[in-house]
Amino acid sequence: MLRTALYDIHQRLGARLIDFGGWEMPVMYRGIQEEHLHTRTASSVFDVSHMGRLLISGVDAEGFLQHVCTRNIAKLKVGRCGYSHVCNEQGGILDDIIVSRYETYFLVVCNASNREKIVAHFRRHAEGRRLTLDDLTMQTVMLAIQGPATMTLFRENMPIKLGEIARYGFITGSYMGTNYSIFRTGYTGEDGVEIVFPATFAGLVWDYLTQDRGAGQVSIRPAGLGARDTLRLEAAMPLYGHELHERIDPISAGCKWCVDLTKDFLGAEALRRIDAEGPRQKLVGLVVEGRRIARQGSRLLAGGREVGEVTSGTLSPTLEKSIAMGFVESAQAAPGTPLTVDLRGVQASCSVVPLPFYKRPE
Amino acid sequence: MEYPNDRRYLKSHEWHKLDGDICTIGITKFAADELTDITYVDLPAVGKEVVAGKAFGEVESVKATSELISGVSGVITEVNTRLSEAPELVNKESYGDGWMVKVKIKNPAEWETLLTADDYARQLGRH
Repeated sequence: MLRTALYDIHQRLGARLIDFGGWEMPVMYRGIQEEHLHTRTASSVFDVSHMGRLLISGVDAEGFLQHVCTRNIAKLKVGRCGYSHVCNEQGGILDDIIVSRYETYFLVVCNASNREKIVAHFRRHAEGRRLTLDDLTMQTVMLAIQGPATMTLFRENMPIKLGEIARYGFITGSYMGTNYSIFRTGYTGEDGVEIVFPATFAGLVWDYLTQDRGAGQVSIRPAGLGARDTLRLEAAMPLYGHELHERIDPISAGCKWCVDLTKDFLGAEALRRIDAEGPRQKLVGLVVEGRRIARQGSRLLAGGREVGEVTSGTLSPTLEKSIAMGFVESAQAAPGTPLTVDLRGVQASCSVVPLPFYKRPE
Repeated sequence: MEYPNDRRYLKSHEWHKLDGDICTIGITKFAADELTDITYVDLPAVGKEVVAGKAFGEVESVKATSELISGVSGVITEVNTRLSEAPELVNKESYGDGWMVKVKIKNPAEWETLLTADDYARQLGRH
């Protein structure tokens, strides 16, 4: 398994480590629910260095990204980040990514489990174009700091001057000769930032962020992939391998907003067809009666007939309810629709609810 | 980690504490830690028969759902109803208030065949 530059720190902190997409990553430090709730009420730091970071530069970089991304990259301004899908010819989702436009290049952040697939896909479609693709994953570190207290604590803990960063915008800077980027993005439904910088400074930055601010003071505390999953699920953010995969398209997966059907890109024709006909299935939110968790693959039934399947489920620490996301036939997708979920042979009632389950107070 | 000497164990982490012909069953702290925060415990009704080697319920956490196996045969005489409101007792008091069921057993010799605390600890090390 691969390890991030923070592996020794995770060990020292007593993290429970698991294999995630070929990386040895912390699933939790103190407890998933505790880390989840600290993120919702204060601030947590997550090591997300396992995610792919690809730098794309050159004259044809924008044209290339226009071809492989569902999003209209020409409309992405310098200093801005955009969420996009990367599709195959049939409109199936190869990955969901964030594209950031710098002055002279682009950064693509992709899922750890798809990094090799996406690099191969990009190299194939970059042939004949004047561009360079550099995989920066191993030489950099990425930390997500998320929670309502993040911006305040970040400014107080870090020895750099942080100006204003708009949501889905980013800034770059240099500290003691080291370049960094700070993105106002996240995967938890909370305010916060994600920062990228050279791996050699991993420990130093982690220590700055998590410094003990004294008795009675709120601190940024480490959180693992377990809490990352319960947080994103409450915020109804899709996870590749669950809501997104090659056998589903962005429109059926509720991500039409990141698709520009007026431009030409890989998969555009298939997606225009699906959009015109109307998707046959839709991604919905579900609340399940009782406290049992509906896991991925659990069948969804209406009047005894199978109408869909759960893609992700958990016991929501914030809402204290069993929640799930899943795909159902379009006719069963309206909020309020009562369904049954098959939980390992036991049937439980559930109903379709609007997404997200949780929205941070503004 | 130390495992209480006053009870016996299954490889699948269920501890069995015998008092006369009543056997109390729960899961070890090791198992509870592996599961992380336990969210639900599915237990049978009083009067249900349990069979040694067979599942009598399920324990669920954010991470996974696991079967609960009984090491003894008999009839359920008591169920820990506190676990429906406070499943976290299984994590916090794995050997005490986190107990799951009490079984009136037919054959004490069955209990004798289960792992001792030392055997349980030793075979954990081999995983």
